[in-house]
Amino acid sequence: MVKVEFLGPIQKDALELEITNLNQLAKILQEDKELQEWLLNSAVAVNDTLVSSLDHPLQSGDKVSLLPPVCGG
Amino acid sequence: MLELYNGALDVAEILKRWYEEEAQSNYGAYIPFVGTVRSEDGIDGLSFDIYEPILNSWFDAWQEKAAKKGAVIKMAHSRGDVMLHESSYIAAVFSPKRRVALELIDEFVEDFKASAPIWKYDLIDGKRVYAKDRSTAIQGSGILGEKV
Repeated sequence: MVKVEFLGPIQKDALELEITNLNQLAKILQEDKELQEWLLNSAVAVNDTLVSSLDHPLQSGDKVSLLPPVCGG
Repeated sequence: MLELYNGALDVAEILKRWYEEEAQSNYGAYIPFVGTVRSEDGIDGLSFDIYEPILNSWFDAWQEKAAKKGAVIKMAHSRGDVMLHESSYIAAVFSPKRRVALELIDEFVEDFKASAPIWKYDLIDGKRVYAKDRSTAIQGSGILGEKV
């Protein structure tokens, strides 16, 4: 199982999914209308490292985080 | 050194302590930046969420970059609510010569704004309202929205 968590202002509980790459995750999350805007503007981290490609493989126990636009300070 | 606090920062204590920590380190320059919550648009204050694992790795990468120039960076930030005229953010650079510190504090604070995983909310009538218009998408954002 891969854990998917939504950070900051994205009001959504974490998910546990049987997936093996980010392409599959994109397909699943794109079906959720409330997430559409967040998918377009959020960065993605796997096990707390930012990734830049959907080809990234996932293994059971991995954690995927969605990071929406930031504004510290 | 990265310090996170619940609520507003004690600016005087932090600046004094950082000064004393490095007073004998032979740095010629200590350049702090203090961010203060301003009264605007009817807000009562600001509130912050932080994702610490990625904030820590982002900060560590900056500390390495600073070390190559003989400098050190310190940063403090608030979690939760910070009211008007209080401080939520302090960054400082210590370096042997002023030019390195002046340039680093500028680059560091700009990258902090664009990359540090911290989310800001306006406090309005007791509610937290995400500061969407002032927020910046982290570089590389949007891959999950691509057509698959």
